[in-house]
Amino acid sequence: MIDPKTKLRRTMMFVPGNNPKMINSADTYGADSLMFDIEDSIAVTEKDTARLLVAEALKSIKFKSETVVRINHPTQTPFGMDDLKVILPAKPDLIRLPKLECIEELNLVTAEIERVEKENGWEEGTIRIIAAIESVKGLYNVREMCKHPRMVAIALGAEDFIANIKTNRTKTGIELYFARSEILMAARDAEIQCLDTVFSDVKDMAGFEHEVSNSRDMGFDGKSVIHPKQITEVHRLYTPTDIQIKKALKVLDAYEDAQKNHKGVLAVDGKMIDGPIVVRAQRVVDQAIAAGVNVEEKREQA
Amino acid sequence: MKNAVGREIPEKIAGLENIKLYQGEFAYQPEGNCRGKKIRVGKPGADKVLASIDEAIEKTGLKDGQTISFHHHLRNGDYLLKMVMEKIAAKGIKDITVASSSLSPCHDFLVDYIEDGTVTALETSGLRGALGKYLTKNPGKLKKPVIIRSHGGRARAIEAGELKIDVAFMGAPTCDHLGNATGKQGKSAFGSMGYAMIDAACADQVVMITDNLIDGFVYPYSIPQTQVDYVVAVEEIGDPEGIASGAIRLTKSPTQLLMAEYAAEVMEKTGYLKQGFSMQLGSGGASLAAAKFIREKMEAKDIKGSFGIGGATGIFTEMLKDDLFEVCYDAQTFDTTAIESIKENPRHLEVSASFYANPWNASPIVNALDVVILSATEVDVDFNVNVITDSNGTLMGASGGHSDTAAGAKLSIIVVPLIRGRLPMIRDHVQNVVTPGESIDVIITDRGIAINPKRQDLIAKLKDSKLPIKTIQELQEMAYEFVGKPEEIPVSQEDKDIIAVVEYRDGTIIDLIRKPLI
Repeated sequence: MIDPKTKLRRTMMFVPGNNPKMINSADTYGADSLMFDIEDSIAVTEKDTARLLVAEALKSIKFKSETVVRINHPTQTPFGMDDLKVILPAKPDLIRLPKLECIEELNLVTAEIERVEKENGWEEGTIRIIAAIESVKGLYNVREMCKHPRMVAIALGAEDFIANIKTNRTKTGIELYFARSEILMAARDAEIQCLDTVFSDVKDMAGFEHEVSNSRDMGFDGKSVIHPKQITEVHRLYTPTDIQIKKALKVLDAYEDAQKNHKGVLAVDGKMIDGPIVVRAQRVVDQAIAAGVNVEEKREQA
Repeated sequence: MKNAVGREIPEKIAGLENIKLYQGEFAYQPEGNCRGKKIRVGKPGADKVLASIDEAIEKTGLKDGQTISFHHHLRNGDYLLKMVMEKIAAKGIKDITVASSSLSPCHDFLVDYIEDGTVTALETSGLRGALGKYLTKNPGKLKKPVIIRSHGGRARAIEAGELKIDVAFMGAPTCDHLGNATGKQGKSAFGSMGYAMIDAACADQVVMITDNLIDGFVYPYSIPQTQVDYVVAVEEIGDPEGIASGAIRLTKSPTQLLMAEYAAEVMEKTGYLKQGFSMQLGSGGASLAAAKFIREKMEAKDIKGSFGIGGATGIFTEMLKDDLFEVCYDAQTFDTTAIESIKENPRHLEVSASFYANPWNASPIVNALDVVILSATEVDVDFNVNVITDSNGTLMGASGGHSDTAAGAKLSIIVVPLIRGRLPMIRDHVQNVVTPGESIDVIITDRGIAINPKRQDLIAKLKDSKLPIKTIQELQEMAYEFVGKPEEIPVSQEDKDIIAVVEYRDGTIIDLIRKPLI
């Protein structure tokens, strides 16, 4: 079984939970995870419809991608706990909690998940949690919350967050710099994944590329996306280049050779290789394999 | 008697002579010569210009039982067919066969003329709208079934004398006093006159009807004065809004784009996307959108194509302009960008429907095609394609160049979503066959790609690709998992309930459209 904490999550596509056509075709575009939304994209009058529709879809369609359901807030809205009652028996891979602010919310939801797991005779941990930080309060509690055993990933929800800090989205992303950094550190400390917020102007592909490249370089594991055409772009940006792959393979080969032949200091192309460089090289190769690159072919070309 | 796609065809069909069964793409061997045009003598100083359509009908001596023809270049903006039919009906002429190269929703008024006996037969590439529904429900209203022909099949039938046209009425966006006509100029400009050319060359009499009669000379002309008997000027031959769309834009539908990308990928991975390749794209969303991805691949690998065939759209003529292709052969011009192109670009050539696709000439250009990408209303597990009837068996489409290009091209790709609404698009047997499975190589859906087992070479080339290759049965199963298997539409087996005969491009019968019992 794939470890839910390290599974490839370059893209998590948002799918409105009240749109049967979009739900049906959601997994044809190759997103690593599909997030069916019954929270912000669904009007109050449509909550029950969306929750039933998503539950039925999970039961009757064999999605290839990981399935995630974003429920309404469990304590700040009257819908969240009712969402869980309908959604959990349909066995999504993850529940996504919006506007997570304190550990009590996580405990409340986890208790409900455990109850349903027991009731159905499922193994404990069948359904995991990804949560989004969307407020300063949530950000201040993020370290503790990331360490909760149900958590596999943390995300940033930018729109509510910037409203909370009283500013606007900018091209530079300066307004989110601290929050992104803080969440990322908390995720790394807790050894869970970290996903970046959505980019909502689907026409601006250049702006999208810029933002994805930046968050990738910061260390994020993936991006939330709202349109199929953003998926290909993220996957392209998260696939190491030929040069990176070949260099990484050289490093790993040299390291293996050094291990076997008890060599001390080793160098590749005149540069000294030490522990962290080997770890990074392994990560590049792992990413390439995950993205479907034929690494053996690259090794022959290297 | 069963034909080669397993369809039961009776030995006799009321109103039809010389019934031949479809035996395979190139199985039928014709004999004999092409039909000649009636001899006439043009006199010095003769004036072809008449005062009205009325006068033209009188001059041609049109009478009960004859066949008149129209082209469909005015598409859904056509005023001409109605203007002519009103005059014919007012004169009390009955029992007319209307042989239009195709029919659009703007021709729904024909129902009235069928009801009053003015029109008793239709021969066309397609029909839709209220007319399609009416004929589907009332098979006995015409004296014989509608004859559905492909574009190449119609050109063949006319040149071979199977479809004999007494008078061709032709809308011309610009015409001179001698009868030279073009579709490239004038307020109703529609581009190529490819479908009118065969009628002009073969009809016994030709009446050119224009809303731009000029005093000088039309040059270059699409139809020469030597073929034109009369010229009539009218206010308007059509509604520009319905004649040509503004620049056709690429679809934004992610599903269509996904299939388009798969199509380009299949072309590349099978080796057909190479220096000097040729292609035609159908006018559906996904087939047209393939141009975007083909273009990207051509630019990335510095590939130059040889020719493309139109139905020309701006999407293709821009590739022509940018030297990605050498030539565009165009029998029908779809949008305003492409109309500009055929006017301005000497490498954008106007060709007749016969040059395009007639299987009975030495070399229709479809025979030189490497790749064609086409849409479908539905397909089946034998790779047969329907583009003429909907899932209730109602006439709603057109044969067009579908079977012509599929027979000619080395790689024929169908793009069709696996599911439309609640219906799976891969049937056990399509409601009606227009293009036989033997012509189809690859069916691309949004959930997977099936390769015709007769193309083991393609299967081998694609087996290690990242494309979602499945068998056609696997795709059908996948569709059933979502929406279940629909009930078959029962159709009447009585001979009197035959609505239409679908001719294959060589004139053999590939299928009959029978009245659905729903």
